[in-house]
Amino acid sequence: MYPSRFRYEAPRSLDEALDFLRVYGDEAKVLAGGQSLIPLIKLRFASIELVVDINNIPGLDYHRQESDGSLSFGALCRHVDLEHSELLRRSQPTMAAAAPLIADPIVRNRGTLVGSLCHADPQGDWASVMMALGGEIIAAGPGGRRTIPVSDFIMGPFQNALRPGEIAVEARVPAPKGAVSGNYLKLERRVGDFATVGVAVALETSGSTVSRAGIALTGVGPSNIQATAAEQALVGSALNANSIQQAGRLAAEAAQPKTDHRGSAEYKRHVVETFVTRALGSRGAVAA
Amino acid sequence: MEERRVTVEVNGDTKTAEVEPRLLLAHFLREALGLTGTHIGCDTTNCGACTVLFDGKPIKSCTMFAVQADGHEVTTVEGLSMASELHPVQEGFKEEHGLQCGFCTSGMMMTATALLEENPNPTEEDVRWALSGNLCRCTGYQNIVKSVLWAAEKMRSEGVVRR
Repeated sequence: MYPSRFRYEAPRSLDEALDFLRVYGDEAKVLAGGQSLIPLIKLRFASIELVVDINNIPGLDYHRQESDGSLSFGALCRHVDLEHSELLRRSQPTMAAAAPLIADPIVRNRGTLVGSLCHADPQGDWASVMMALGGEIIAAGPGGRRTIPVSDFIMGPFQNALRPGEIAVEARVPAPKGAVSGNYLKLERRVGDFATVGVAVALETSGSTVSRAGIALTGVGPSNIQATAAEQALVGSALNANSIQQAGRLAAEAAQPKTDHRGSAEYKRHVVETFVTRALGSRGAVAA
Repeated sequence: MEERRVTVEVNGDTKTAEVEPRLLLAHFLREALGLTGTHIGCDTTNCGACTVLFDGKPIKSCTMFAVQADGHEVTTVEGLSMASELHPVQEGFKEEHGLQCGFCTSGMMMTATALLEENPNPTEEDVRWALSGNLCRCTGYQNIVKSVLWAAEKMRSEGVVRR
């Protein structure tokens, strides 16, 4: 397939990239891993005047723990980096569980976490993970930087909250206040397919009491869905068979699945319930 | 539209060309350089037939623009054999009948080569995991996995580390 013609620039600094975006506005698109953008350009779903390739900008490929305990992920941090991340294995079990389930191993060598969030595919796994974790996007633009919660950043299918001229430069997961545990479970027909159902669970506990609960769903709605009623059912008490069961039921109620070639709506709702209860029962726990 | 000059190290040779930004790396390799061992299958980032090594890591060359390869190293299936000698991965596919129609084979071999450089002693599970982004519609994968394990064994016994 041949994309339509576009102009290409590969700036060496973020300032230079922002200058191009200022001039081209909506007609420019930022290229990071390209694993969603390039297929869109090839299918001519996206017609673009200028592609701004940020792969040559140094210093964007990091992921690290900041001094306040938050985790930050640069715009060129690739899925493969997260799949092999000792830091995530040690400190962030929901992300550690999700990373090896993104797309397929070859796509993970190129695709990025931040790019995937920007793409806002309703079946994207990372948006659910970030919603469950209360994650944020840092956008750089002509007026400086601003922080946008991922739950606001994802505005709908393939729509994000970036303004013309802005680049999402970082994703962030706030520092936990309690002991962290969590999981990401994904049902897929084969590796590389979109999730039939995905469930992200992220808990913080103080003693045995759940102090924060995040539950978000992939593939069962027009966008990723935060299961707020299920989250609230868990906060303030210890996890037990009853609360786990109730959270599963409430999450299944929050899902808005549609019958398609991946399964019936009823089946997907059932998988949500099963996955939420299973994920709550099988959380990888790490020290606070 | 303005063409860009790119210089890419392909299978050890420096290649310079003027390309349109919209030219995909897969088309650049096949049409500009005549390296037709890289196949284009689904053209939608699914099948992995177009897999090449980009700075040593497998990528789908239908999902990268040729301009992005400027200043980088690309290895295609043509770069696997040395002189007239097959790479152990190629030999493995021959010995274990790792192909039927052969369409997916070059991509399979590129991914397998990268795996064995990273992990010289993979389990069957490791091989299946590494190859899970490369689709084969003929073999049921059984013989492909055997081929890669055969190559791993051969490379270990000979202490081969090369691409």
